[in-house]
Amino acid sequence: MFAALVRYPVPSIVKVEDLHKTYDNGLEALKGVTLDIEEGEILALLGPNGAGKTTLISTICGITVPTSGRISVGGHDVQSEWRAARKLIGLVPQEINLEPFEFVQSTLRFSRGLFGKPRNDALVDDVLKDLALHDRRGSKTSELSGGMRRRVLIAKALAHEPRVLFLDEPTAGVDVELRRDMWALVGRLREDGVTIILTTHYIEEAEAIADRVGVINSGELLLVEEKSALMQRLGRKEIRIELTQPVEAIPDALADYDLVRAEDGRSLTYAYKATGERTGITRLLTAVQAAGLTLSDIQTRQSSLEDIFVRLVREEAE
Amino acid sequence: MNWYGIAAIWQFEMGRFFRSILQSIVSPVVSTALYFVVFGAAIGSRMPEIESVDYGAFIVPGLIMLTVLQQSVQNAGFGIYFPKFIGTIYEVLSAPISSLEIVIGYVGAAATKSILIGLIILVTSLFFVEFSIVHPVLMLAFLVLTAVSFSLLGFILGIWARNFEQLNLVPLLIVTPLVFLGGSFYSVSMLPPFWQNVSLLNPVLYLVSGFRWSFFGTADVPIVASLAAIFVFAGLCLGIVWWIFRTGYRLKP
Ligand SMILES: Nc1ncnc2c1ncn2[C@@H]1O[C@H](COP(=O)(O)OP(=O)(O)OP(=O)(O)O)[C@@H](O)[C@H]1O
Ligand SMILES: [Mg+2]
Repeated sequence: MFAALVRYPVPSIVKVEDLHKTYDNGLEALKGVTLDIEEGEILALLGPNGAGKTTLISTICGITVPTSGRISVGGHDVQSEWRAARKLIGLVPQEINLEPFEFVQSTLRFSRGLFGKPRNDALVDDVLKDLALHDRRGSKTSELSGGMRRRVLIAKALAHEPRVLFLDEPTAGVDVELRRDMWALVGRLREDGVTIILTTHYIEEAEAIADRVGVINSGELLLVEEKSALMQRLGRKEIRIELTQPVEAIPDALADYDLVRAEDGRSLTYAYKATGERTGITRLLTAVQAAGLTLSDIQTRQSSLEDIFVRLVREEAE
Repeated sequence: MNWYGIAAIWQFEMGRFFRSILQSIVSPVVSTALYFVVFGAAIGSRMPEIESVDYGAFIVPGLIMLTVLQQSVQNAGFGIYFPKFIGTIYEVLSAPISSLEIVIGYVGAAATKSILIGLIILVTSLFFVEFSIVHPVLMLAFLVLTAVSFSLLGFILGIWARNFEQLNLVPLLIVTPLVFLGGSFYSVSMLPPFWQNVSLLNPVLYLVSGFRWSFFGTADVPIVASLAAIFVFAGLCLGIVWWIFRTGYRLKP
């Protein structure tokens, strides 16, 4: 019983310390990012276009040269012990880059070999089945649809059995059904103990699958937090009171409550902190009644990560 | 060493070659046949023997060198340029594979292809002229060394090139003239003294000369000079490749 309550310190599998990256053209894409990723977790990196998500991932994977800072993967420094570090990493890039004339199966074999693993056709077959690509294994990659090609990229990364998987916008341009399949796949991988770092623009994606959420904007990591804690800390609840009779204005008796009147006057909205000790709902409802209004319905809504995200980025800009 | 990684690159690149096997083999065979018809039969019949070698046979080593150099530079250049161009290079750059291993894979595959083509030309030429090879083992060694060092040059070119034009221009404007002026189809001793001295600045001369020596036992320059030239050239290319990977030049932003 108690074991569940005690949080053992989990060793971090990816450690990024004060990472800076300035591109040759002088653009500062990362401005001192520090990040610890725990083994086995799913971390979602959220951020607007050009925030530095891809740069961060590419630098950890060794495709981009860091300007300064330290990175280790599985305890191995990516510069001095690059071979050991890279063996653990699988990368699914944002752009769909595939050899056009190559067959699906042989690109997977290539990836596996490249990462120093002996040929294993059974495993390659399993990966292909897992991504619903098995019946297209003999197709040329150029003959596949965009969604299939993205899955080939994922299959290539999985073909060498990585411990840490980086997914750079895995569901961009992917239909709803496929997106759900991909979330399911991420869930299965997590059960196998694979650590997953994914970037996304879809907040509902982070909400659906991540354990922790990091928000990055113009090269700075604004926060990294447990998803549920973040929702609780920043999450606001709204209560919408629907009225049987529309009101012209907010009655004076309710002036203290910061209510928002809907345009048609048929509802009033009240926002409060979900974690607050006293939400003020009881008092509000009593006051509403006292003001002579009759309720037809009450709805509550929890603000989503999207709201939180928009707010964070806006606050940053101010 | 990441042997599986080297093998994966080598196989992948050889796959490219075998997918277009017909094109890969037919074109050198046809152009060899044309050279023999033009230089060997049409001109050769009016040419005296050079250093007691029949002219038709004399041009065989030069012809092989010409093709091997062009193919090495082209294959290796394309082999690394293409993944860079379409973006699949990310996988190689993020894999646990050292720059040396990457070079062995790509350059090894390019050299293998051009050695195969060189041997095909050798066999083809046997249909046109008669000759025997005095030092067959050294001939092979020369072939391999040349293919490897010029594949290294092609590899550098492929990394340096920003577009297909640059990739094609260097072989066309530099490599081919050097081969033609390097005594592929004549003996340098046939030139006036001034041009003989100029020719000595051409690295390809040493290769062709050494290669011809392995066939007929006669050479324009001492065989030791040929060997030294090829090692210096290969060393130079290796040095540049090492620098490229150390700095990430045109590979990593
Ligand atoms: N090779 C490069 N050279 C110069 N600047 C670059 C390079 N790659 C990225 N940048 C710049 O670095 C910044 C961060 O880019 P990055 O690709 O990391 O953003 P991102 O968060 O992945 O964006 P997106 O959501 O659009 O994928 C951008 O301003 C971009 O223009
Ligand atoms: Mg990106």
